[in-house]
Amino acid sequence: MKPSLVIGASMLAVFIVLGVCGPWLAPSDPTHLDLAGRFAAPSAAHWLGTDTNGIDALSQLLWGARTALIVSGVVVGITACIGTGLGLVAGWFGGVVDELVMRAVDILMAFPGFLLNIAIVATVARPSLGLTIAALCANGWVGYARVVRGQVLALRERDFIQAAVALGAGHGRVMGRHLAPNVLGPVLVQATFGLGGVILVEASLAFLGLGPQVDYTWGAMLDQGTQFLWKAGYAHYALAPGLAIMWVVIGANLAGDALRDRLDPKARGR
Amino acid sequence: MSIGSFLLRRLASGALAIVGVSILVFAFLHIVPGDPVDHIAGGEATPAQRAALEKCLGLDQALPVQLGTFFVHIADGTLGHQCPDPEHRPTVAARLAVALPHTLALALAAMLVAVLLALPLGMFAAVRRGRWLDTLATVTSLAGIAVPMMLLAPLLLLVCFVDLGWLPGPTDTGAAATILPALALGVHLMAMLSRMTRSSMIEVLGEDYVRTARAKGAPERRVVGVHALRNALLPVITVAGLQFGSLLSGAIIVEKVFARPGLGLTLLDAIANRDYPVVQGTVLVTAVLYVLVNIGVDLAYGLVDPRIRRGRA
Repeated sequence: MKPSLVIGASMLAVFIVLGVCGPWLAPSDPTHLDLAGRFAAPSAAHWLGTDTNGIDALSQLLWGARTALIVSGVVVGITACIGTGLGLVAGWFGGVVDELVMRAVDILMAFPGFLLNIAIVATVARPSLGLTIAALCANGWVGYARVVRGQVLALRERDFIQAAVALGAGHGRVMGRHLAPNVLGPVLVQATFGLGGVILVEASLAFLGLGPQVDYTWGAMLDQGTQFLWKAGYAHYALAPGLAIMWVVIGANLAGDALRDRLDPKARGR
Repeated sequence: MSIGSFLLRRLASGALAIVGVSILVFAFLHIVPGDPVDHIAGGEATPAQRAALEKCLGLDQALPVQLGTFFVHIADGTLGHQCPDPEHRPTVAARLAVALPHTLALALAAMLVAVLLALPLGMFAAVRRGRWLDTLATVTSLAGIAVPMMLLAPLLLLVCFVDLGWLPGPTDTGAAATILPALALGVHLMAMLSRMTRSSMIEVLGEDYVRTARAKGAPERRVVGVHALRNALLPVITVAGLQFGSLLSGAIIVEKVFARPGLGLTLLDAIANRDYPVVQGTVLVTAVLYVLVNIGVDLAYGLVDPRIRRGRA
């Protein structure tokens, strides 16, 4: 196994474990205010110091990991399912169905995705976690649909598909039993890259004040941290969520690259 | 296909995309629950004031009429008006016209930064494949892709402007004040382009014509810089062009950090004030720019790769 796959997968595993167990590992209650202890430097009691309200930064970071995991996991899951489904249908049926799906893809690709995400969450004053997820899903499926459609167009001429059709397999069976398993590889690669991308976009929305209105997100921590970056000895508060985001994105990219190389030997070493 | 009909086809599909995006944004802003009048007028507005605001925003009309009005405002070039008090405030188009040059300058400067850094980085990494320079380029590009812009931008400001005073910051005016924001915005694209350049160069360096050029005794600098690089540029231009749109949207974060009065800051301001005509207008203008850039990218293919020019003729 390639070292980059091991490193990337390990980095993602750490993120997933902290996302699942973070709230239990958090040393203190992240809603507990301690105004006397504001802007505390890192110490044995507060490993990453405290914020403007005296809340333990490590606890916020661990709770933020939970939010990041939920958002990225759900968005990647939903977009992968929608995109794969539409790509399968478009590639297999062709004709009008293909035209409809691909024109929708064209429209969404003719537009910066981040701006669409902003336009959606901006419709309400306090976006919920659900609306943020919906906004990220609105254009997130496009990449999967394109990849899967391309794969299906190549696969549909292959002998095993022709044989399945000749044996009387229906559309659903061909797509579900024969095509879907063969497109899972590229979908997995896309999903791995998507994990990092979703976290970056969600954090960007939160930084702009348009993120999910939940207690802790890495983006909101970054927003608060960068406002006080000029305060001596407070840079760590902005660096912690920033490095956490980098950790996940690097992990996703390393794992995604390695998976792609494994599935497409021609791309190896590029 | 002649270049004229190719251009016409691309313009038609671009127009379709813009209409689609307009309807999509209109739908999101008008169908999702939440009354903009509440946000703009506030809780203390009288029923008469609320009704006036509703009329000004056109919300007293049926949805299809509102959509029609939206397209009329696009056609007459005003992109709508700002409420309340539309007579004494600039139209949406006039407001965006003031902001647009700031964002365009920033996006173009960021593109320049990205290309100027990415091409040599990717080229040297490909030529020195597997050596320390290649590893350095790979690590740099991975870090560039992963670093959140909302961390990088304030850090650059803190280090290069506040602490070291090397570069002008938000308080300065003039072209030099664009350097830091452009660097913050361009790093991510630089990382993507350098990876792209590297992989494209590796592929091209293995082609027959490169071997032929070397066999003819062309100096290595010419082989790499002219024969290989020119052919490796095609996918890089594609990615650079496609990413111009993300520069326009990424500019929102940089404009917030550097307090630059561009489209991004206008959009954030409009969102905070629930100024939907401005939100719609900003999104539309960005979409139009994006489509035009993509058409420009398609045309640039022909200039870089004569095979495509011949294919079209």
